[in-house]
Amino acid sequence: MTPLLAATASERAELLVFVVLAPLAVVTAVGMVLSRNAVYSALLLVVNFFCLAGFYVLLEAQFVAAVQVIVYAGAIMVLFLFVLMLLGVESQEALTETIKGQRPAAVLLSLGLLVAVVGALAAGVFDAAPASLATANEGGNVQAIGRILFTRYTFAFEIAGILLVVAAVGALVLGKRQP
Amino acid sequence: MRVGPGAYLLLSAILFAIGVAGVLIRRNAIVVFMCIELMLNAVNLSFITFAKTNGSLDGQVLAFFVMVVAAAEVVVGLGILVAIFRKRSSTSVDDVNLLKG
Repeated sequence: MTPLLAATASERAELLVFVVLAPLAVVTAVGMVLSRNAVYSALLLVVNFFCLAGFYVLLEAQFVAAVQVIVYAGAIMVLFLFVLMLLGVESQEALTETIKGQRPAAVLLSLGLLVAVVGALAAGVFDAAPASLATANEGGNVQAIGRILFTRYTFAFEIAGILLVVAAVGALVLGKRQP
Repeated sequence: MRVGPGAYLLLSAILFAIGVAGVLIRRNAIVVFMCIELMLNAVNLSFITFAKTNGSLDGQVLAFFVMVVAAAEVVVGLGILVAIFRKRSSTSVDDVNLLKG
């Protein structure tokens, strides 16, 4: 098979996966916001995170896709479900609006935000030539990320470690029953 | 026809707007947290799209750090939520109004 034919085949596959995953991601996000039951919200969010992991694979970010599934869909969502079950699922959320007309205003404002961002996209602010990560991903995406993480971003990596330790200690202190 | 960066950025904008709407509409603090996670993920998607258009891995590393900060934020946030629930027996954001004038 010639390289041209191979490229079009992979592009066809990318288009197919995108067409399937993009509506699914939007539908699960909307379902998460609209679902009455918080547990359904959490499970829909898990599906949404899996869709995003698929997009990361399409965008040649295999390492981030794996981290997305393991950390987000795995650890963080389990933590959410754990707290949901610990606090007890409230069957009825208060439906009275604290501020009058808040819900329509919220929908209107977020639609306005969407229009503004899409307008910026349409104006070609982010119009970039299609590029490839083939050279940057030389020898594997994970190896390349590791190289850059432990050379250029070593300091940020150490700070991230300190942040996680502080967060863990903070959660312990918050969770402790006050005497 | 190929999927350009514009399609991913559009999807990212849509997901972010849904997250914003969720934070403004929902009253359950845990669901508000989930909407914040959705917004963080939408931004991660655009980071990774930009990483591809620029042909460099910096965007992917940045998305990785966003995930680290999000994990720390969730741990502390849910800790605060449990502490509030012990005091008020409710996770509604409207019940936290002690400082209201």
